[in-house]
Amino acid sequence: MLGRTLAAGMIAATATMAAAETPVLTVYAGDYFKSEWGPGPGIEAGFEARCGCDLVYKTGELLPRILLEDERTEADVVIGLTSDVTKKARESGLFAPHGLDTSALTLPVAWQDDTFLPFNYGHTAFVYNKEKVATPPASFDDLLNAPDDLRLVIQDPRSSISGLALVLWVHAVYGDEAEAAWAKLAPKIVTVTKGWSESYGLFTDGEADMVLSYTTSPAYHIIAEEDDTKAAAIFPEGHYFMVELAAKLATTDNPELADQFMAYVLTEDFQSMIPTSNWSLPSALPQEKWPEGFRALPMPEKVLFYNEDEAAALRDEAIEAWRSALSR
Amino acid sequence: MAQRALPLSSLPRSGAGLWALLVAGLVIGPVTAVIWRAGGLGALGPADFDALWFTLWQAAVSAGLSVALAVPVARALSRQRFPGRGALIALLGAPFILPVIVAVLGLLAVFGGNGLVNQLTGALGLPRIDIYGYHGVILAHVFFNLPLATRLILQGWLAIPAERFRLAASLGAPVGRLLERPMLRRIAPGAFAVIFVICLTSFAVALTLGGGPRATTVELAIYQAFKFDFDLAKAATLALVQLALGIGSALALLLLSPPDGFGAGLDRLQARWDGRSRPAGLCDALWIGFAALFLLTPLAMIVLAGLPGLMVLPVETWQAALRSVSVALGATALTLVLALPLATRAGELAGLLGVAVSGLVLGTGLFLIVQPLMRPAEAALPVTLLVNALMALPFVLRILRPELDAARADFGRLAATLGITGFALWRIVLLPRLRRPLGFAAGLTAALSMGDLGVIALFADGEHATLPLQLYRLMAAYRMEAAQGAALLLLTLSLGLFWLFDKGGRANA
Repeated sequence: MLGRTLAAGMIAATATMAAAETPVLTVYAGDYFKSEWGPGPGIEAGFEARCGCDLVYKTGELLPRILLEDERTEADVVIGLTSDVTKKARESGLFAPHGLDTSALTLPVAWQDDTFLPFNYGHTAFVYNKEKVATPPASFDDLLNAPDDLRLVIQDPRSSISGLALVLWVHAVYGDEAEAAWAKLAPKIVTVTKGWSESYGLFTDGEADMVLSYTTSPAYHIIAEEDDTKAAAIFPEGHYFMVELAAKLATTDNPELADQFMAYVLTEDFQSMIPTSNWSLPSALPQEKWPEGFRALPMPEKVLFYNEDEAAALRDEAIEAWRSALSR
Repeated sequence: MAQRALPLSSLPRSGAGLWALLVAGLVIGPVTAVIWRAGGLGALGPADFDALWFTLWQAAVSAGLSVALAVPVARALSRQRFPGRGALIALLGAPFILPVIVAVLGLLAVFGGNGLVNQLTGALGLPRIDIYGYHGVILAHVFFNLPLATRLILQGWLAIPAERFRLAASLGAPVGRLLERPMLRRIAPGAFAVIFVICLTSFAVALTLGGGPRATTVELAIYQAFKFDFDLAKAATLALVQLALGIGSALALLLLSPPDGFGAGLDRLQARWDGRSRPAGLCDALWIGFAALFLLTPLAMIVLAGLPGLMVLPVETWQAALRSVSVALGATALTLVLALPLATRAGELAGLLGVAVSGLVLGTGLFLIVQPLMRPAEAALPVTLLVNALMALPFVLRILRPELDAARADFGRLAATLGITGFALWRIVLLPRLRRPLGFAAGLTAALSMGDLGVIALFADGEHATLPLQLYRLMAAYRMEAAQGAALLLLTLSLGLFWLFDKGGRANA
């Protein structure tokens, strides 16, 4: 078995040498990205049809890996960074401006960033099962005042990006009263998990009535499972904006290809693949071109967002409000 | 009977010290690399000390309860014979080798808000039981580790020469005081130590079942420092604290456990007269029933939940399964080769480093060391095997060492008289006596190597996903049904490997 794996490695290495004339674009992506149901394969095929190159994904850790590799990194482009790490990424000096006109972006917040380019977005939301929650909370206040037997699962802001978005969301809505808000929420929180997957698994298993997820989560159930029992509760206080970004490495030895890929991100070809493979909203595609199931989703009127400097300044305080209220 | 035949130090040890240094270096080297890259150590805050305190006490309680409950269960299994006993012993090993998320979902299907227990209490009009809290963390850790403790202690029981039980029975002597307590004094501290160290590095279990930030462990603080803050100095500092705690407590416990004093037996099949009375039989049946119910019900729920998902598993998942099995077999071979010369006290301490160290920091350190030499993705396979072996070594050594010490004490002098040394000593004298523990150890390593491997996340290029990684990918893509199918596949393969190896060693258990 071991021998076979090594042999396969050698064959792969030979194949790489044979293909040396074709330029290779190395893209670092999140782990889910290149699985057969993720957005990776479609994007790879779409880009290779234009570039006459070979797009190779390396999936796994993103920013920690690039920071460890430093200038030795093989990455030409990275896709899947979140807005909570852009400050650290920018300060590393490892990323280069994309030089693109971003006026085609269709985000609900103004986005002027010459380095990090959004490729999809969503909002935090509490998703519930209509069969179990007959009258969902109509606002964040409603949720805080809901009976304590409403069972919620959320993610830890210290280990999960959606968990961090939640504490920033609570801070954006309640400001200095955030800790009091958390204290009201605390009896309803069944548990806090390490990441989104664990929470969502608990929710689909019926362990909780509501789960911290995204406004777009019901679209998966509606489109892929033809199940319309899941919905996101929309709050007039607003929902926190979550975005995923692509960026070009300053150290790339393929700057033209990398630029071409960054431009590809904004094309309709790329954007139209996002909804039903990433289960989120495309960053540069007008609503009328979204798939039917997405157009029908209730969307928040008000979108809340802290830019990277504000978020960095608020983060410790927002997490501490959560920690001290839930530790009582 | 109380005197050992020969001082152990006078027997050849195949350079165990050197091996121990090598293994210790494989852990300390990467941690040093992280500190060096960070440019020093970081400061800890009050939240870190809270986490440290919680980590320590939950590990102590979890390990204490696991061992205390394992003693009557192991005694019952050692002195009763019933149909299906072998299968039960093999199945009891399952919780220990499950990926965390699978085990948690299985536990919640039994103890959760809509779990079996609450359905039962609801039907009886009793108040609802809430699993989330400190008791949930401890329940989960006992679920994971009771089987390991039971097997370690059962092995101690089975290693008592059959002739001693026969003698005790014919003299009407108390088996408990003369045979069992000395064995427990020798085995239990080591079992406690190894489980304590495992529980020190727990993270996702503690968080999910602990119900929130009160159940924060040191490992979570390391994860946060690494992933969110990229604060290598703090991650390394916390990892050092964790290492020191693990090794310090293990050292104390291993020094406490006295050496074996039974003397050699003739390897007859044990016959037990002390378990034949009606009260003893009833008591044993209750303990076996308790363990089987507690450990097997969540497994049954995982199987039930996974069956529909098996049909919809994508091809990638089967490929990942094949890859995981190959890695597991490779890691098993490597671990056994490392373990045999390391089965000494120094070796065991060095081995414990592997499980006491934070996986995240170990992986980062290895990455920093490998990166200047070659492309990390090329090193993924050897690093995976090495890390798997490092993680399994502490368990393997805990299983092998008591038996190896006994074999050396019992037959070392005879072998020396006959001039049997070196390789021949292993082949003729030691290995045949290690058949049972070797089978168990190999099974455990293979099953553990099928499991979770966050450690090599930095090396992976996504081309060669293992089954646990595939399971997480399915969940991340909302495919919860397929993910439960993958969990069942993982459970089946891990148990299958465990059973095959263990069966080979348990010819007369």
